[in-house]
Amino acid sequence: MFKAKYFFLLPALLTLVAIILFPLLFTVRVSFSSWDVYQAGLDYIGGKNYLRVFEDVRFWESFARLSLMSFISVTLQYVLGFALALAVWKQVRGGRTLRVIFLIPMMTTPVVMSVIWRTIFHESLGPANDLLGVIGIDAVPWLSSSTGAFVSVLIVEVWQWTPFMFLLLFAGLVSLPREPYLAAAIDGASAWKTFWQVTFPLMGPISIGAIIIRLIEASKIMDTVYVLTSGGPGTATETPSYYIYIRGLRDFQVGYSAALSLIYLVVMIVTLTLIAKFFTRLLNGKEVG
Amino acid sequence: MNTLIKKNCSIVVLSTSLGLLSTAVHAANYTDYGINKDLPGTCSYSAIDSKDYTGKKLNIITHAIPVIGEPTALHAEQFSKLTGAEVNVVHVPFGDLFQRIMIPFQSGQNAYDVLFYASLWIGDFNRFLSPVPEEYINSTGMKDVTDSFRGVAQWNGQMIQYPMDGDRHYLKYRSDIFESDEMKAKYKANTGNELKVPSTWEEYNQVANYFSGFDWDGDGELNYGSAEVAKRDDLMFSAFISRAAAYAKHPAVKGGFFFDLETMTPLINTPGFVRGLELFVEAQQAFPPGGTNFGLGDEIFSFGGGQTLMSYSWDDAFIQAQQENNRIRNKVSAAPLPGASEVWNRVTGKWDKFETPNRAPYMTWGWSSAVSNASKEKEMAFDFLCFFSNESNAEHDLQIGRFGVNPYRNSHFNSDLWTGMGWDPEVANSYVKTLSEMETSPNRVYDLRVPGVGQFMSSMANGVAAAMSGQKSAQEALDQVAAEWTEIVDRIGKDRLRDAYANVVALEDA
Repeated sequence: MFKAKYFFLLPALLTLVAIILFPLLFTVRVSFSSWDVYQAGLDYIGGKNYLRVFEDVRFWESFARLSLMSFISVTLQYVLGFALALAVWKQVRGGRTLRVIFLIPMMTTPVVMSVIWRTIFHESLGPANDLLGVIGIDAVPWLSSSTGAFVSVLIVEVWQWTPFMFLLLFAGLVSLPREPYLAAAIDGASAWKTFWQVTFPLMGPISIGAIIIRLIEASKIMDTVYVLTSGGPGTATETPSYYIYIRGLRDFQVGYSAALSLIYLVVMIVTLTLIAKFFTRLLNGKEVG
Repeated sequence: MNTLIKKNCSIVVLSTSLGLLSTAVHAANYTDYGINKDLPGTCSYSAIDSKDYTGKKLNIITHAIPVIGEPTALHAEQFSKLTGAEVNVVHVPFGDLFQRIMIPFQSGQNAYDVLFYASLWIGDFNRFLSPVPEEYINSTGMKDVTDSFRGVAQWNGQMIQYPMDGDRHYLKYRSDIFESDEMKAKYKANTGNELKVPSTWEEYNQVANYFSGFDWDGDGELNYGSAEVAKRDDLMFSAFISRAAAYAKHPAVKGGFFFDLETMTPLINTPGFVRGLELFVEAQQAFPPGGTNFGLGDEIFSFGGGQTLMSYSWDDAFIQAQQENNRIRNKVSAAPLPGASEVWNRVTGKWDKFETPNRAPYMTWGWSSAVSNASKEKEMAFDFLCFFSNESNAEHDLQIGRFGVNPYRNSHFNSDLWTGMGWDPEVANSYVKTLSEMETSPNRVYDLRVPGVGQFMSSMANGVAAAMSGQKSAQEALDQVAAEWTEIVDRIGKDRLRDAYANVVALEDA
C-alpha cells in the first residue's frame, strides 16, 4: 500500500539517479559505440571496444605498474603515517603545531605541488641535485630515467598523502581504550612489546580502513603523473587513469575510452574487495587466535 | 536663395571636414593601443573603428596565456573598444584545447564563434568551419600571406582557416662558438674535422656530442650540445619528424611521406624513419641533464638561456635568445635543418646517395584561426580575425616572443624589420634567408593533417619514446607504430583518410 512518506525519498532518489546512475549507464552505452573524432554519436558496434581492451598490452602494463606503485606508496605512507601519529600521540611540546604542519601537504593542490616537485627534480636547475652535490652524491636523473621517474612519482605521492594516513591513525590512537595499557604496564611489558601486543592489534580495524581508502585513491593517480612525467620516459610511469585520459581526451576515442573506464572500474572493485576481505580475515584470524 | 544654399553647403562641407579632421585626430590616437602607427590595410584600426557592433557578443576560444592567448586577449579588448562589441575570451591549456573545441562541434552547440588552435587539426575540424568569404581572401593582409601558409589554410581547395601565424622547424646555433678560432682549433685537434654548421644529422650529433659537458662559454656552468623537445606528450612527435624527414623524404618520390597515398600503407617503419629515430636516440648523449624530459618550454630556455650549442624546432628559442638583455643576443644564427647524405627510396627499396645532403624542410604546424559554421555572428567574427592579423597588429605581435606569432607574410621576410628591433644584420639575414628559402623548397614536409591526427601522433610519440627510453629498438618501436597506424586507418576508414591525406600530399608535391 502506497504511503505518502515515500514521497520524501524522491529528492534523494532523483539525485542518486542524476549523479550516479545516469552517467554510469550512459558510459555503458557509449562503450558499445564507435564514437570517436570522426563519428560522433551512439551507433552500436557490439563488444568490439571490449575485445580491443583485452588486446591492449599498454593498458594492462599500466595496471601492473599501478599495482606496484600503489603497493609501495601506500605501504610507505602507512609506516610513516603511523610513526608520525605515534610521535605526537603522547603529550609532547608543540604537539598541536606539529599536527598542523604534518597536515599541510595533504591540503595543497596536487597539480600545484607536482609543478613544484618537478622544479625540485629539475636535473640541472632543481635543488634536489644541488643538495646531493653538497654531500658528494652525483646528480640523479630524476625524471629522465625510468627508475628515477618512478621513484619521483612515489616520493610526491608519499609526501602528499602520508598526512592522510597520519590523520586517520592519530584519530584511532586517541580513541584507544586505556585499560589494555594499564594491564600491560602492570605486567611490566616493554614499550616495544606494548606496541606489538597492544597498540598494533587494537589499531587493526582503523589501519585496514585507512589502507583501503588510500588504495582506492592511489589507484586513481593521474594529476601527479600528468604534471611530473607525462607517463614517461617511454611508458615507465603511465598509469591506467593517465592512459584513459590520453585515449579519451587527447585521441578523442570516446567509445573506446568508455570501455577502458568500465573495465578499469570492474577490475578495481574486484581487486579492492579481495584486498579488503584478505585484511578482514587476517584481522579476524588474529582475534580468534 | 543661392546664397542660402551656398551657406548651407559650406556648413555641410565644413562639418564633413571637421568630421574627417576629428577622425584623423582620432586615428593618431590609435598609438594608445600599443602600436607604432595604424598601417593602411583592409582591417586597419580606422577601418574597424568605423564598424558598430554595439549590443553584439563574440565568443572566442584560444590557448592559455601567453602563447597566442595573450595577443588574443589584447586584440579582443581593442576590437571591443573600437566596435562596441562584447568580446568574451576563453583561455584553455594546450592539452585540453582540442576536446574543448571538438565537443561543442560534435554536439551541435554554438559555443564559440572564433577558434584559435593548432593548424594540423584541420583534418578533424574542417567539417565544422566556415569558409573565409571572398572579401577577406582579397584583403590586403591575406594577399601578403605566403603561398605555403595560404595552402595550410585550405581544405579541398577552399580557404577555411584564417592565417595568423607561420611555423617551421629550422636549426639554431651559437654563432660565436662556431666562429671562435679557439673552438675551431680545439675541435680540429680532438676530432680531426673542421668545425662547421652541421649539414647532416650525423654531423649534428657529432658536433653536439663534442660540445657536451664542458664550459665552452666561460660562464662557470657546464654547457651541452643539443636541446631538443624529447618529452613524449609535449610535441616530441614534431621533433622526430624534423629528424627523420631528410632520410625518409626522397625528392624524386612523390605520393606521400607518412603513407603511400595509393594504398594508405604506413611508411613510418621504413628505413628512412628508422634511421632518423636511431640518430634521435643517439643524440640523447648530448642533451643537458634531464634533457630527455624536455618539453618545448625547456628547449626554449635551454638554448635561449645559453646552456646548449644547438637546437631546432619552432622560432621561440631563437626569439628568446634575441630578447633584449639576453646575454647571448646576437650570438646566435639560423640555418636550414640538417640533411642526409643517404635517402631511402621507397620505390626502388634502396638507399640513394646524395653528394649535396638532401634537405626536407618541415613546415610544422603552427597556430591558426577559424570561424565556426554554427556562429550567428560570422561577419563580426571574420572582422575580428582580419583585425587580429592586420598589418599593425601583425608587426607588433611578431616582436614579442612570448606571443608565439611568427612570420607568415612576404613582408615579414625583410631583414630591416628585424634589424629595426636591434638584431645584428648577420643574425637578421640568417633568419630571413633560412625562413624564406623554406618557402621555395620543392621537398617540403607537412604534418599529417587528416581526421584522427591526434591518434596517429600519439601512437608515434609513444613508439619514439619507447625507443628513446631503451624499452625497444628503433625498428621494433616503429613496427609497433605502423601496426597501430594500420588499425587506426581501418577504424577511421581508408577512403576517408586517403581523401584527406591527398590535401597534404598536394602541398608536398606542389
